[in-house]
Amino acid sequence: MIELLDVHKTFNPGRENEYQAIRGVSLAIEAGKVTALRGPSGSGKTTLLGLLGGLTRPTRGRVRLDGRDVSALSERFLTLLRRDTFGFVFQQFQLIRDLSVLDNVMLPAQPTGRSYAEIRRRALALLEDLGLAQRAATPSQWLSGGEAQRAAIARALINDPRVILADEPTSHLDSDLSQQILAILGRLREQGRTLILSSHDPLVFEVGLVERVVTVKDGVIVP
Amino acid sequence: MTGGWRRQRALIDFAVANMARRRGRNLGLFLAYTLVVFLISGVVLYGDALRREARALLADAPELVVQRLTAGRHDLIPAGWTETLAGLRGVTAVQGRLWGYHYDPALGANLTLWVPLEDAPLPGQVQIGSALAREKGLGRDDVLSFRDAYGKPFPFAVAGTLERQSELANADLMLVNEKDFRAFFAFPQGMFTDLALSVRNPREVRKVAEKVLERLPAARVISREEMARTYEAAFNWRQGLLLSVLSVLLLAFALLAWDKASGLSAEERREIGILKAVGWETGDVLAMKLWEGGLLSLTAFLAGYILAWLHVFHADAPLFTAVLKGWSVLYPRFALVPEVNVAQLASLAFLTVLPYVAATLVPVWRAATLDPDGVMRE
Ligand SMILES: Nc1ncnc2c1ncn2[C@@H]1O[C@H](COP(=O)(O)OP(=O)(O)OP(=O)(O)O)[C@@H](O)[C@H]1O
Ligand SMILES: [Mg+2]
Repeated sequence: MIELLDVHKTFNPGRENEYQAIRGVSLAIEAGKVTALRGPSGSGKTTLLGLLGGLTRPTRGRVRLDGRDVSALSERFLTLLRRDTFGFVFQQFQLIRDLSVLDNVMLPAQPTGRSYAEIRRRALALLEDLGLAQRAATPSQWLSGGEAQRAAIARALINDPRVILADEPTSHLDSDLSQQILAILGRLREQGRTLILSSHDPLVFEVGLVERVVTVKDGVIVP
Repeated sequence: MTGGWRRQRALIDFAVANMARRRGRNLGLFLAYTLVVFLISGVVLYGDALRREARALLADAPELVVQRLTAGRHDLIPAGWTETLAGLRGVTAVQGRLWGYHYDPALGANLTLWVPLEDAPLPGQVQIGSALAREKGLGRDDVLSFRDAYGKPFPFAVAGTLERQSELANADLMLVNEKDFRAFFAFPQGMFTDLALSVRNPREVRKVAEKVLERLPAARVISREEMARTYEAAFNWRQGLLLSVLSVLLLAFALLAWDKASGLSAEERREIGILKAVGWETGDVLAMKLWEGGLLSLTAFLAGYILAWLHVFHADAPLFTAVLKGWSVLYPRFALVPEVNVAQLASLAFLTVLPYVAATLVPVWRAATLDPDGVMRE
C-alpha cells in the first residue's frame, strides 16, 4: 500500500552541513502486516518512517500511497491525508506539557470537524482500553515513561488510522513495560492495522510481533 | 452545527486551554493591554465629549459679535452703533448684549452675569449654573447675595438652575434681568457689552464682517467660526499633549507585547511542530493562535474601553480634568453627555487589536510553515 521508489533525502542541501540521510531506497509496505526497520543509530530509520508517513518530503524519488503519488501533494492535502491515514508514535512521545492526557489524546481530532462529545468519547474509550482512564485529567508531564508511551499510542489512534508508525516504541522502557507496549501493538495488528516500527531493541524482534524486518544501514536498505 | 463551525469551536477550546496553561503571562499581558486601552480611549472619549460641549455651546452663539475697542481694550458699546449696523446689507438683526464678570471672594472664582436676549428672569431673580448651585449649596427660592458696584448687598432669589446639556458653558453662569444687571454693576444706560449680529446667509459672514470694520474702524468682529477654531485648537493641543505622553506608554506596551507574544520560545515552536505533525494544517494552527490573540486582545480592549467610558462619563474623569480643561476657575463638573461613536470605537479597536494580533501571528506563521518532521527528533 505504501511504496518508496528510489527515494533520497538530503538535509540542508547545498550547504556545508549537507547530509545525505537516505540514498536511494525502494521499499513496499504491505497492508495489514507488521514491518520493522532495524539498524544502528544514525542509519536513517526515523527519516524513513517520516518519508513513509508523509511527514518528510523526499529530495528525490517518489512516495506512493495506494498507487497514488503523494510526494507532490500540496502541504494542505498532504496534511489531511496524513491525518486520516497515519498515526504517529514519536520516539520522544511529544506530548504537550501542562495539557491533560485527555486533551493531548484529543489533539489530532480537534481540526477534523467531528463533534467535541464524539472526540471525547473516543479518547476516553482509548484511554480505558490502554489502562489510562484514571490518568485522563493528569497533566501529561506527570506521567511515567510507560504511561506516556500509552498516551502517545492513544493519541495516534484517535483518528482511527489504517497505519501506525512507531519510532523506537520500547527505547525508554524497561523489559516489563516493553512487553506491555508490544502486546498493545499486537492488538493493533489484530484490529487489522498496518504497523511500521523502527527499533534496535532485540526484544521487539523476539516476541513474534514483527513479520518483516527491513535492515537499514547508512541510508540504504541492506538485504 | 456544521463541520466548519465545530472545527472552529474545537480550535477555540484548545486556544482557551492553551492560554490557561500560561495563566500568569497572559494575565499580565491582559492587564497591561487593558491599561493602555483605558488611557488612550479615555483621552479620546474625553476630548471628543469636550469638543461636543464646545460645539453645543457655539450652536446658540450669534454669527458675528461686534465689540468696541478703546486703546486696544474691550470697551462698552453705545446703543447708537446698533442702528449703524442694522443698515448693513445681509444683516437681519442686531441686538445689544449685556454680560460681565463678578469676582466672588468666597468661591475664589469669577462668575459670569449674563442678560439673556429672550426669557430673561424677572427682576430680583436669578438662574444659576449647576456648578455654582452645587458649590454654594443653593436650590430654588434660596437667596444669593453679592456686594454691588457701590459695596451694598444685592440679593437675588434663585429661580432655578440651568440645564446640564452644556455644563461647560453654564457652570459659572448667572442669568439676570437687564434692570438688575445695570443696577448691580452701575452699568450706564444706553451702553451694551457687545452686539450680536445675525447674518442671513452664512456665506456672507466674512463680507459682513469686513463692512462692519469699514463703518466702525474701532470695532472688533468675532465670528462663530473663529471661536469654534479657537476652542478646537485649545482642545486639540491639550489632547495632543496627552496622547503624545500616552504614545510613549503605547510604545512600551508594544515592545512588551512583541516580546511576550511574538517571541516564540523553543517550547512553543516545538508545540507548533507537534500540532503540525499530528495532523493540524498551517491554517488550523494560525486559526487557533488567531483565536488566542483575538480573545485576549478583544476582551482586554472591551474591558479598557468600558472602564474608560465609566471613568469619563460616570466618574467625572478625575485623571484627566487637570490637563484637559483648566481655563475655567470654577470647574464645571463634567457630567458629559455619554455617546458611543461607532467609527471611533472601530478605529481604536483597529489601532490596538490589529497590531497585537499581527504581532503574534507572524512568528507563528513562520513556525507553522516549517516542515513538521523536526518533531521526530529532538
Ligand atoms: N534535520 C536534519 N539535519 C541534518 N541532519 C539530519 C537531520 N535529521 C537527521 N539528520 C541526520 O540523518 C541521519 C539519520 O538520522 P535518523 O534520525 O533517521 O537516524 P536513526 O536511524 O533514526 O537513528 P537513531 O537510532 O539514533 O534514532 C543522522 O546522521 C542524523 O544526524
Ligand atoms: Mg531515530
